This record gives sequence, structure tokens and C-alpha cells, in this order.
Amino acid sequence: MGAQLRLLRRRIKSVTSTAKITRAQELIASSRIVRAQQRMHAALPYEREITRAVTGVVSNASSVDHPLTVAKENPAKAGVLIVTSDSGFCGGFNANVLREAEALRGLLAGRGLEVIPFVTGRKGVTWHSFRARSMGGQWVGFSRKPSYADAKTIAGELIDSFKDDNGIDEIHIVSTEFVSMLTQNVVVKRILPLEIEETEASATDTIPPYFEFEPTAGDVLESLLPRYVESRIFTALLQSAASEEAARRRAMKSATDNANELMRVLTQRMNQARQAEITQEISEIVGGANALADAAAGKE
Amino acid sequence: MVIAKTVDGEIGIMPQHAPVLGVLVEGGVLRVKREGEGDLVAAVHGGFISVADDEVSVLAEVAELGSEVDVAAARDALERAQASIESNQEDADAAVEAKRARARLKAAGEDV
Repeated sequence: MGAQLRLLRRRIKSVTSTAKITRAQELIASSRIVRAQQRMHAALPYEREITRAVTGVVSNASSVDHPLTVAKENPAKAGVLIVTSDSGFCGGFNANVLREAEALRGLLAGRGLEVIPFVTGRKGVTWHSFRARSMGGQWVGFSRKPSYADAKTIAGELIDSFKDDNGIDEIHIVSTEFVSMLTQNVVVKRILPLEIEETEASATDTIPPYFEFEPTAGDVLESLLPRYVESRIFTALLQSAASEEAARRRAMKSATDNANELMRVLTQRMNQARQAEITQEISEIVGGANALADAAAGKE
Repeated sequence: MVIAKTVDGEIGIMPQHAPVLGVLVEGGVLRVKREGEGDLVAAVHGGFISVADDEVSVLAEVAELGSEVDVAAARDALERAQASIESNQEDADAAVEAKRARARLKAAGEDV
């Protein structure tokens, strides 16, 4: 009996310390989400303006013939940028992204394309190297706090490979979009070649202004497009960072809840064991006393 | 009025200007002339200027307001860049660095 009690006490102690750790992780993640969200919002105006500028150029100069906008006739290779996190403890965050990336891989392979993964985040890199898949590029160490320079490095490599004749012909990006604290969705987007959508401007929409270009539309596009790709990648990294913290907070919250529930059950069981031990001791004492009393009564 | 330096030369934008999209030079100085107030000056390194619907937006990779420039640091950077240009004429990085430092000093209202 005493052994069982000791065992339970030890388990409760270990569960309590686990709960403390997960609770601390949860709190850290919650405070980080706020900062990640602020960074995300700070980058929004730039992205909005640059998207507007690209839209302006593309919708004005209908004869834009830039290597970055034109789809190659026979695409052979597709680059997929997969944005994962550096550290774990964030539930299904990375699994979701990687699952979506696998689905995209299947889809692209179905179109006869060779898929080259470009991976950011230690988790995604490990996932790929464990399966001995070759990567077109890998970047780690900034998933929590991506800087614009990181996005620039990634974009540079992707664009170089895109411009190269033997390089990739399409660039897709698989990342997690931060919708709210509770909702994060994995999204798949094609960033290059640009998808030119023929949209009918509704009456409420402002008509895209007719731009003049300094010096020419082609030159503007030449320097605008890489910035646009950088900005898209930067946004994806920031959103992913915020989503990572949100996923971590959620995972740590349920871990804490589970630990607390386990603690409750174990405490109950421990009390039961203790009570049983006491009851047994009492009945042993009473039994012993009775036996002594009976023996004394028999002597007389 | 907004004055910026594009790769084609200086461009001044008054109200009601026609929509323009321009590429800015590396190490340019952007000046916003305001009524009743002093000019708003900023050092802008690369990027774009876009004018549409009477709105001017400047998209730059790095920009710094003249009032926020650390003059001593900028001078230091300029001297360092010039020293490396003198030792190595082909040093493109140093040339860019010197341009940037000069733009920062100009934006801060210093003589270069």
C-alpha cells in the first residue's frame, strides 16, 4: 500500500512540474503573438502599395513582356517555398504545412513538373533531410522573428533560379496565414509567374490610374518585381511567425489543461489509497485490540 | 510639393500631378515642401515613388528622416567608404555606401 502511495506522489510531482513548464510556454507564446502581430501590421502598408504599383504597371502596359511575368511554354521545374518553424512545441503547425506541401507536390507532379522544395525553418529542413529529399535552398534561424533581409535572401535565390534557363519555371509558396488568434490557415499561392487576373472593375472600384513611367514601364517593372516578390515572401514569413506563436499557445494551453486534469485524477487516486491504508490500519488495530480483549476475557 | 530623385533626374510633384511611377536612385534625398512648416527631408535608398489620386507614396527599402540621422555615424560611414574607395577603385559596395552616407548627411542638412 505504502509503495503505491509513494508512486502516485512521485507522478503527481512530475506532472506538476510539466504543467508549470507548459504554462510558462503558453504565456511566453501569448506575449509573442502580440509582437508578431504588430510586425505583421507594420509591413502591411508597404505590401499594399507595392501590390498597387505592380497592378498599375501590369494593367497599364498591356504589352509587358518581362521574364518574371511570362509563363514559360514548357515548364519543367517548379520551386515550392515551404515556410515552417524552427522550434517545435506548436502542435500540428508544421505537420499541416508539410501535408499541404505534399499535396501541392502531387498536383505539380501530375502536371509533369519536377518539384524542387525551398525550405525555411528547421522543422521543415529536418523533415526533408530525413526523407533524403534534395532541397533547392534552406534557411533556418529566423522563423520567430523574420527580418526583411531574410526575405530578401530567399527572394534573391528564388529569382536567380527563376531567371536561369535550367532553373525553376514556377514559384509557389506554402505558408500559414494568420487570420485570428484562433484561426490560422495553410495557404498555397503561386507568386511567379504573376497571375494576371482579368477582373471587371465594379462601379465602386477606383479605376486604376493611367500611370506615366520614369524612365520606362519595362525598367520600372524590372526593379519593381523583385521587390514585389520580396514583399510577398516577407509577408508570408511574418504571418507564419504569428501563426507559429498562436499554434504554440494553443498546443501549450491544451497540454497545461491535460496536465491539470491528470493531476486531479492522480490526487483523487492518491487520497483513495491513503484512505484505504488508514482504514486498513484502523481495522487491524481494532481487530488486534478485540483479540487481546477476548484473550483476557478467556483467562478469567 | 514633393521633390524626389529618380533615375531620370529630379522630379517635382505638385498637387493634381498626373499619375507617375518612378524608380528612385540609390542614395537620394526626398524633400516634401509644406505650407507653414519646415520641409520634411528624408534620405531614401532605392525604391519607388508612385503618384496616384493626389497621393504620393514612396516605397523604399531603407529610408531615414533627416531629423533622425545620426550625423556623426553618417560622417564616420562616409569616411570609411571613401577610404576603401581610395584603396580599391572597383569597390562597388563602398561606392554605394558612400552615396548612402552622403544622402543621409544631406538630409540632415549638413554640408558634404
